[in-house]
Amino acid sequence: MNGPGRIGARARRGDTLRRARGETRYTADLTLPRMLHAKLVRSPHPHARVVRVDTSRALALPGVVAAISGTDVPARFGILPFTPDERALAVGTVRFVGDAVAAIAARDERTAEEACALVEVTYELLAAATDLDTAIAHPEIGLGAKPGDNVSKKVDLAFGDVDEGLALADVVVSGDYYFEGSAHVPIEPHCTLAQVDGAGLLTVWSTTQVPHYLHRELSRVLGVSPARIRVVQPPLGGAFGGKSEPFGHEICAAKLAFVTGRPVRILLTREEEFYVHRGRHPMRMRFRVGATKDGALTAVDAETAIDGGAYSSFGVVTTYYSGQLLTIPSVSPRYRFSSTRYFTNKPPCGPKRGHGSVQPRFAFEVTLDKVAVKLGMDPIELRRRNAVSANTTSVNGMRVTSSGYLECLAEVESASGWRERRGKLGHGRGLGVASSAYISGTNYPIYPNDMPQSAVALKVDRSGTVTVFNGASEIGQGTDTMLATIVAEELGLDLGAIRVVSADSDLCPVDLGAYSSRGTFMNGNACLSAARQIRARLVEAAAIELGVAPADVFVSRGFLCVAAETGRAVAIDAAIRLAEARHGTLSAVGWYKSPQGLGGTYRGGAIGASPAYSFTAHVAEVRVDLETGAVHVVKVWCAHDCGRALCPTLVQGQIEGSVYMGVAEAIFEEHVIEASGRHRGPNLLDYRIPTSLDVPEIDARIVESNDPEGPYGAKEAGEGPLHSSIPAVANAIYDAIGVRLDRLPFTPARVLRALREARDGRERLEKGA
Amino acid sequence: MLPLPPFALHRPRTVQEAIALLDRLGAGAMLIAGGTDVLPSMKLGLAAPRDLVALDGIARLRGVRLDADVLRIGATTSLDVLGSDRTVAEIAPALAEAARAVGGPHHRRMGTLGGNLCLDTRCRFYDQSAFWRGALGFCLKKDGNQCHVVPGGQRCVAAASNDTAAAAIALEGRVVLAGPEGERTVSLRDFYTANGLANTVRAPGEILLELAVPLRRGRRSAYEKLRRRAAIDFPLLSVAVRADVDDDVVVALDVVVSALAARPRTVVGAAAAVGRAPASVDVAAIAAAAWKECRPLANLDEEVEWRREMVPVLVRRALARILSPG
Repeated sequence: MNGPGRIGARARRGDTLRRARGETRYTADLTLPRMLHAKLVRSPHPHARVVRVDTSRALALPGVVAAISGTDVPARFGILPFTPDERALAVGTVRFVGDAVAAIAARDERTAEEACALVEVTYELLAAATDLDTAIAHPEIGLGAKPGDNVSKKVDLAFGDVDEGLALADVVVSGDYYFEGSAHVPIEPHCTLAQVDGAGLLTVWSTTQVPHYLHRELSRVLGVSPARIRVVQPPLGGAFGGKSEPFGHEICAAKLAFVTGRPVRILLTREEEFYVHRGRHPMRMRFRVGATKDGALTAVDAETAIDGGAYSSFGVVTTYYSGQLLTIPSVSPRYRFSSTRYFTNKPPCGPKRGHGSVQPRFAFEVTLDKVAVKLGMDPIELRRRNAVSANTTSVNGMRVTSSGYLECLAEVESASGWRERRGKLGHGRGLGVASSAYISGTNYPIYPNDMPQSAVALKVDRSGTVTVFNGASEIGQGTDTMLATIVAEELGLDLGAIRVVSADSDLCPVDLGAYSSRGTFMNGNACLSAARQIRARLVEAAAIELGVAPADVFVSRGFLCVAAETGRAVAIDAAIRLAEARHGTLSAVGWYKSPQGLGGTYRGGAIGASPAYSFTAHVAEVRVDLETGAVHVVKVWCAHDCGRALCPTLVQGQIEGSVYMGVAEAIFEEHVIEASGRHRGPNLLDYRIPTSLDVPEIDARIVESNDPEGPYGAKEAGEGPLHSSIPAVANAIYDAIGVRLDRLPFTPARVLRALREARDGRERLEKGA
Repeated sequence: MLPLPPFALHRPRTVQEAIALLDRLGAGAMLIAGGTDVLPSMKLGLAAPRDLVALDGIARLRGVRLDADVLRIGATTSLDVLGSDRTVAEIAPALAEAARAVGGPHHRRMGTLGGNLCLDTRCRFYDQSAFWRGALGFCLKKDGNQCHVVPGGQRCVAAASNDTAAAAIALEGRVVLAGPEGERTVSLRDFYTANGLANTVRAPGEILLELAVPLRRGRRSAYEKLRRRAAIDFPLLSVAVRADVDDDVVVALDVVVSALAARPRTVVGAAAAVGRAPASVDVAAIAAAAWKECRPLANLDEEVEWRREMVPVLVRRALARILSPG
């Protein structure tokens, strides 16, 4: 007998029509009486000592209400408690072009902007490292935590004897790769509105995906008790990891609200988005992979230099992620990586969808493709022979429970016509494959504690409406709809009878935020626990009413009925009233805490540890214009093991969004800071994201492996489907034109150059012979 | 958000009224049609007009009409209308294709032919915010005295980035300009100058009224654009070609290449085609001549060498479309 059938049913997101009709009120849509507008003064120099900041001329401009500089908010902060190295406004030094120095609040944006130009800042220029090479070659620039180096974090980990593994190999492939980095480019820029009311309560509405961490840092930096702060996250217009840490402008808005006694709003420009950044790190990667002639991997050796930009951000975690997640889904018995993150005088890098591991995934999967070529083996077959199994532990200590990895490979292989079509499409057209794995939530919180990582509170109304008070952040990925689906399934309610109130520190229990693909697994489990408590009450009340045992009561859409005789039933709202009469007002809290002890026992073993892992395989088809070098990604097949698709519409949406983003990074996006320290073009003409005409056809396929610990078996879908899209395109280009592109993105100029070099090489060979 | 600086808006109903306004308001006034170029420039601090004189209220400036042997297109005709007009597509396919290649659908709906023909030149060191340009130390074209494209250069080499310019030149178009002194007609060939600061001969007090394109039997034309994305981008190269063919003999052939520097360039080597049958024109030789004559500068994004390499490719593709039978 079926239940309400919500799980696995197609459904529209709860907020779709509101968004489509323009009813959604984003942070920038909020206004308050007497609201001031603030703008930031930013450094034009990549590295300089701030000698003097004089705001007197700015303050004299009519309409200007307040000005603050570094000494007004001197406390250091940062998302990781071990590396607080940022300040809301610079004190002492600025570290990149765009670093904020002062903030002005005025009656309108234009006045604030004009006043910014009147702030006089005296700089004393310092030597700068505006690229990785300079940061490595010139430690004396001293951007690091310790004087005399530029190192942010270094990680060396080895599992098994890699040198022995390489010696055992029949083939060893080495390669050097480079990923310039990319930005998140959400349609909605950062915006913060802060108000201090007459009772002394500071309320901050902000475009954040981590309201809880923002709450903590605001309290610490401003020296205000958290009891006097409320953080609200309004609906977001995209985040992708770019809003997952506290930002200087959030602190400035709050500080200016205190200083002026009036509400203060800061809305960043598109240009400032590129300075606030936290985008994907540039990485230079060297990989060596050994395999036996029958395709068994013997060792993987990776060495990575990471360009961190000006501040730490999540850098310690990024450095670990650049190595830790490569031990699945292709399994090598020996693995070693050495990753060093350097500070540079560039906008700070951080987490972007697939945090830290998208870049090495590109390098590794292309190397695997080269191994397959060298072995004369089908690259899907090579991956199959090294595939991770369910219920195993990886060499670096990651506990894998469920795995639908082989099914993912099989799906893309058959859907793309791989066997029939690969290598037979003619010169200039090709197919490529790649695969990857990702965490379903990081197992450990950012600040060490033993409390739950996610929680919801359910309020059950006798009208038959249930409100979910939820700490997690809906950022477009669909957590609100995911929670409504779970409650609807458990209680037999319509999706329309469920309200979800999210991410308001006064109303909702704590959740750690929207990062590390933790929503469905952790927040979903928390909600499932709460919903089941209510369900038990309703079943009990219905059982009494129907004169049967609770075990004989069955929840269907709208009714609780006798399992053997479905005509005998109590409507859900009636059951709620019966239960309320019996037990008093109905409510429940549910929470989730991940299993303790996951991950390796070595230092850093906690990073990469997750209660479950998702798996992905991509096949990309490309067409290369041999005259212009332009790569057209024709179609991408992506199969993703999300455990169980609670709402397939949303899972496919996440797959499509991930593929879009991956292809964008493969072909178009390149976040370039020039030697001068200036961004090459901080706008949407120079920084190109694909238009709707540039997007490939996407075939999004769901694989369900039913994870034993996920809610109904579910795992993540928000980030995993991005990773292997990029190497799949790279490998398809090789299949199309027989040339390797080991540097991203694959611009037409680079493709043409690679083609020419290959041709020249062939001609030299022919002449020589 | 970038705030728009303050300005006064004027909406004259006639050309005479507009000319009088420009005359009275003087140097602080700018014309605005669709606003797709003027408004972003104002937000970036590239232009700070005290007054904007809008042309959208002047009915006579809008519309496409066939007038005996001349196709007349009013200056405020939207690029969207221009790109979908059947008469234009038939008589001047290069112009229709160029109009369709501008920006995205929203830009084309707002943007006008006159605006595109008079588009400010573009440069990657110029089309940036005041903050960014300040960090750079500004440039010849605005607020500074050095060129970042040609180090030591004394002349601004910002690129003509209007898609319709190359097409209008290749089609032997002429524009009608009206000013306090009356009306004058200027061939598109003479309309653009090599001065990147202001690359047209239109005086500040003049209004571009229309583009006139002559009708000719046996005329073929095509437009090719180099860009990274399939929409939005300004041209990295812009190539328009036109052939006049009488009795299977090419009597004239023009190849115009733009988005190089301030002035679109007409390829001299194209003359070799005259006197040949279309099918026997040496397209490769003309493409090679174009490569020799056209040198893109580092004024736009993307590698200069690649842009130069693409000159013959685009010329070949455009010529193939008008010279191959059928």
